Amino acid sequence: MTELPEVLPATGTASLAWLLFALPAFGALVLLIAGRRANRWGHLLGVATVAGAFVVGLLIFFDTLALDPDQRTRELSLFQWFAVGGLNVDFGLRIDPLSLTFVLLITGVGALIHLYSVGYMASDPGRRRFFGQLNLFVTAMLLLVLGNNFVMLYLGWEGVGLASYLLIGWYQDRPSAATAAKKAFLMNRIGDVGLAIAIFLLWTNLGTLQYTQVFARVGELSGGVLLAIGLLLLLGACGKSGQFPLQAWLPDAMEGPTPVSALIHAATMVTAGVYLIARTHAIYDLSVQGRLIVAIIGTITLLIGAVIGCAYDDIKKVLAYSTVSQIGYMFLAVGLGPAGYALGIFHLLTHGFFKAGLFLGAGSVMHAMHDEVDMRRFGGLARYLPVTFVTFGLGYLALIGFPFLSGYYSKDRIIEAAFAQEGWQGWVFGGLATLAAGLTAFYMTRLVLMTFFGERRWKQLQTADGQDYHPHESPAVMTIPMIVLALGSIGAGAVLSAVGLVDWLAPSVGELVEPEGVGAVPHAAVPWLVVAISALGVLIAWLTVGRHRVPVERPAHVSLPVRAARRDLYANAINETLIARPGIWLTRALVYFDNRGVDGLVNGLAAGLGGSSGRLRRLQTGFVRSYALSMLGGSVLVIGALLAVVLT
Amino acid sequence: MNPLLPVLLVFPLVGALVMHPLRDSPRAAKQVAIGTALVQLALAVVAWSAYSVPAAAAGVRFQLRFVVEWIPAFGTQFALGIDGIALVMIVLTTFLVPILMLFSWEERLPEGRTASGFFALLLATEATLMGVFMATDVFLFYVFFEAMLIPMYFLIGRFGGPRRQYAAVKFFLYSLFGGLIMLASLIGLYVVSAQYLPAGGTFDWAALRTIVPLIPESTQIWLFLGFFLAFAIKAPLVPLHTWLPDAGAEAPIGAGVLLVGVLDKVGTFGFLRYCLPLFPLASVRLAPLVLVLSVIGVLYGALLAVGQKDLSRFVAYTSIAHFGFIALGIFAFSTQAFAGSVLYMVNHGLSTGMLFVMVGLLAARGGSRMITDYGGVSKLAPMLAGCFLLAGLSSLALPGTNSFVSEFLVLVGSYPREPVYTILATVGIIFAALYVLWVYQQTMQGPVRGRAVLAALERSPAGGPGTMIDPAIAASRARSGFPDLCAREIAVLVPLIVAIIVLGFFPGPVLDVVNPSVAATMTEVGLTDPVGGLPR
Repeated sequence: MTELPEVLPATGTASLAWLLFALPAFGALVLLIAGRRANRWGHLLGVATVAGAFVVGLLIFFDTLALDPDQRTRELSLFQWFAVGGLNVDFGLRIDPLSLTFVLLITGVGALIHLYSVGYMASDPGRRRFFGQLNLFVTAMLLLVLGNNFVMLYLGWEGVGLASYLLIGWYQDRPSAATAAKKAFLMNRIGDVGLAIAIFLLWTNLGTLQYTQVFARVGELSGGVLLAIGLLLLLGACGKSGQFPLQAWLPDAMEGPTPVSALIHAATMVTAGVYLIARTHAIYDLSVQGRLIVAIIGTITLLIGAVIGCAYDDIKKVLAYSTVSQIGYMFLAVGLGPAGYALGIFHLLTHGFFKAGLFLGAGSVMHAMHDEVDMRRFGGLARYLPVTFVTFGLGYLALIGFPFLSGYYSKDRIIEAAFAQEGWQGWVFGGLATLAAGLTAFYMTRLVLMTFFGERRWKQLQTADGQDYHPHESPAVMTIPMIVLALGSIGAGAVLSAVGLVDWLAPSVGELVEPEGVGAVPHAAVPWLVVAISALGVLIAWLTVGRHRVPVERPAHVSLPVRAARRDLYANAINETLIARPGIWLTRALVYFDNRGVDGLVNGLAAGLGGSSGRLRRLQTGFVRSYALSMLGGSVLVIGALLAVVLT
Repeated sequence: MNPLLPVLLVFPLVGALVMHPLRDSPRAAKQVAIGTALVQLALAVVAWSAYSVPAAAAGVRFQLRFVVEWIPAFGTQFALGIDGIALVMIVLTTFLVPILMLFSWEERLPEGRTASGFFALLLATEATLMGVFMATDVFLFYVFFEAMLIPMYFLIGRFGGPRRQYAAVKFFLYSLFGGLIMLASLIGLYVVSAQYLPAGGTFDWAALRTIVPLIPESTQIWLFLGFFLAFAIKAPLVPLHTWLPDAGAEAPIGAGVLLVGVLDKVGTFGFLRYCLPLFPLASVRLAPLVLVLSVIGVLYGALLAVGQKDLSRFVAYTSIAHFGFIALGIFAFSTQAFAGSVLYMVNHGLSTGMLFVMVGLLAARGGSRMITDYGGVSKLAPMLAGCFLLAGLSSLALPGTNSFVSEFLVLVGSYPREPVYTILATVGIIFAALYVLWVYQQTMQGPVRGRAVLAALERSPAGGPGTMIDPAIAASRARSGFPDLCAREIAVLVPLIVAIIVLGFFPGPVLDVVNPSVAATMTEVGLTDPVGGLPR
């Protein structure tokens, strides 16, 4: 078990931490209430509040950096949220390296994406409301990572779920968008049940929900309880992060506007599961089985995501499955325990840069192509969208782990750590992660080739409303964020390695344990192996996609694996058959039962009584038949009960 | 003797009587009614400030007591007094009544009915509710418990929807049946008390508490069942719930809010005030039965809510699910769960009240309560849709809204003693998300559709062929045919919205008042908290 840092009260600059979430909360409140009056300046307020929070975040970051590592964990209690008996829930913040890292990611990438949205949503009449909801998301996400107890975590956890629901359903004229939004919220709530029960278990066994006290006392928990809590937290994490078996909502979430996909469904919210496991590492430190299952879930998911990503033609869905797969890598990393917590966060950060950049690039392509997402209708766009092409290309290279770009550093270290595991684990985790790296290279190369190279297939086609395509580069307000993120894609990995991200995180997630001895594959050989497999993936993509004409229509007769991948490896079909349809039947049956069974019994009884009272009525005036009969029945019961009482 | 409680009890009745001569001038009658309700709210605030939390914490069970002799031969007194639980219920009631009066301002009443009658009955219901929450004499409680049926019966039966007669009689019979069985128990309790008290039988709550330890468990069980049945019908627990969807669907919205928001809480209030303290052994012995019914209620109510076609019935079934949570918290016997249940009673009044109001606002525009008659409303009336969503989010207990704190307290407080039932109830939160979002999607999202919406647009004056071409004309026509919230409607919703959000982050004031009373209830049951108990 790693040593826990001392927790100090926040003073000085750090006592401004409440501004971090208060600024975007203020923006959200104003934008959602102000109405049309705010249409002219609403988006500017939206950008300004998040940028302001970023500045506050930077100030606190540098303030913290100036302290000794063992003094970098601080708490700021704002007010008492609720308290009953011994349960005392604080509305408090925990300012430590882990939360500050997330704060900078959320507000930094968030501010860039807000800026991009000014251009992307320019023609949307609801742009002000959009910014309000985006600010709401940033508020909730910051509360999620800043909270100093499990109830605050839950507040942010469901808060981001709400924001995600609202934004996925943004284009609500499309029934598919409303359905996708609902599906996302529901699958998230399945995870939330896990998180909630984990919280109940912690309360039952420890009598506190404050991080500091829980982490200090996890040693008192029995192995079974630890495993249960670990698995329940993992269920929550799987829901939020789109991990197996709750992955099916994330690709559908691409119904939302592309900036939403970039911010919520790539860079920040979907990584909350990784945050949760890193944050509660004290629990996983003590539960080897719990950790192993996290790693297994991560490995299954990284493979699922990579396989399905190869089959889709929708540019956003490919990126979505890529996100599923990359978060799988992060889960694998944190599942490796002290050897991986910091690596998971490292990959989360670099991924935040390049995946957000890729999504913004995809948005720029869609912006140029009348919101078309089918890559079969693209082709040869590099000439028309030079900035998009270059920034997207850098993000692509970073993602496939091209040497010395961001992804190379973070992904390679995860695969190294996986190979270093003992026994079968090293072979399985390392091997599958390497295989998925090759698949990643394949599907991303395929995507880039189909979009930016080759024949200009859109020349012969028309948009859905019968116009010709006129691809054009996006305005500066959109390209500048893309350029900044592309710089991150190039340098984030090297810079974060050089400045010692891993050491910075140590007070929060423990010292990184470097793999010892020789694992399944010699340590030094891993980068070569990964690069070679990735190069193979690129080559296969070139041979199959780059050298041939891409048909505009999707080929119908394809092999079984491709068919399975196109249908999301049947995840939706399974959900439909096992849960949705039986659920509908059950509901219908219950409605029938309630009307005919329960109520029918009552009404039948009433009718019987009514009949007898009808007979009574013939004897009497009979105006108050129901009353009379009830009185009679009541009196009988009174006498009966009195007898019963007196006789006992 | 503090006269505040008798004033709170009588004042609405006075208002209702004053309205009688005004029955031909509805406007004046309505003004008198809402004026009375607002003064009543102010009186409740006075009671709030007069209530001393430190005194309650020091062991004073009832405050602001008012006791006069009533029927000495029966050993019954006209005894009023409140604890923290009663106080928050009184404030909730007085808070809701003016809001729903303002909501009902332009209610289209059935032919031959006057607004003065409707408003007077609302005030009469309020008065009986005051009595139910204030009574500290069990017999007096029973009188108010039965009396509250009468104005509500007439509210449903005279002012309700097409099947109002059926619904009102069903409501009345169900309640009367429960009430009479409770009467039997009540008399039994009197007889038992006469055995143990030298001065003869009594109905005084505090005096009865002194003999509780003497009553054997078997007797307690019989007496408990009588009270329990009456309360389980009122708060409806499955399978005694079938009157609620009918009553909820047929009642005019204003009465429906009062019925589901407050009147039904008398059941759960009764569990806490009468079942647990007077029959502690029976409560603990029979808790598994109640817990099973509660959890069935949570899941069954939620699944049935998903399957409803009528919006009012939908709200009624969501309430059945919520009552399951409240009962779970009460019969899980922990301070946290008790406090959560009481807070839930308040929060459910607010969130279900708002949900009912939203249904009423929709029906006022489209003239129908069927879900399939609406669609894409958010395009026509975005504020209305936003408020509907907020009410729904409160219903599904999203953190940041009031209901989260109470649902969390119920579940976290129930888990240590009853993990299995708590886990099952926690699964209910998935269904809650399902029923809220499903109804929201069907009525509010997507393209404009549905018979009621389209008919309302047809009726709008700005119609004509131009709407097919010019989006501006079409938009203005949509606005006039299916208008967004008007100023009066906003005034109805704002207090509810503010309460929902503020209690989501600052439930402290309510919990402070409630905590000493739930701690007292805990002592009366004779159990200690499994986790995080108060130092004794």
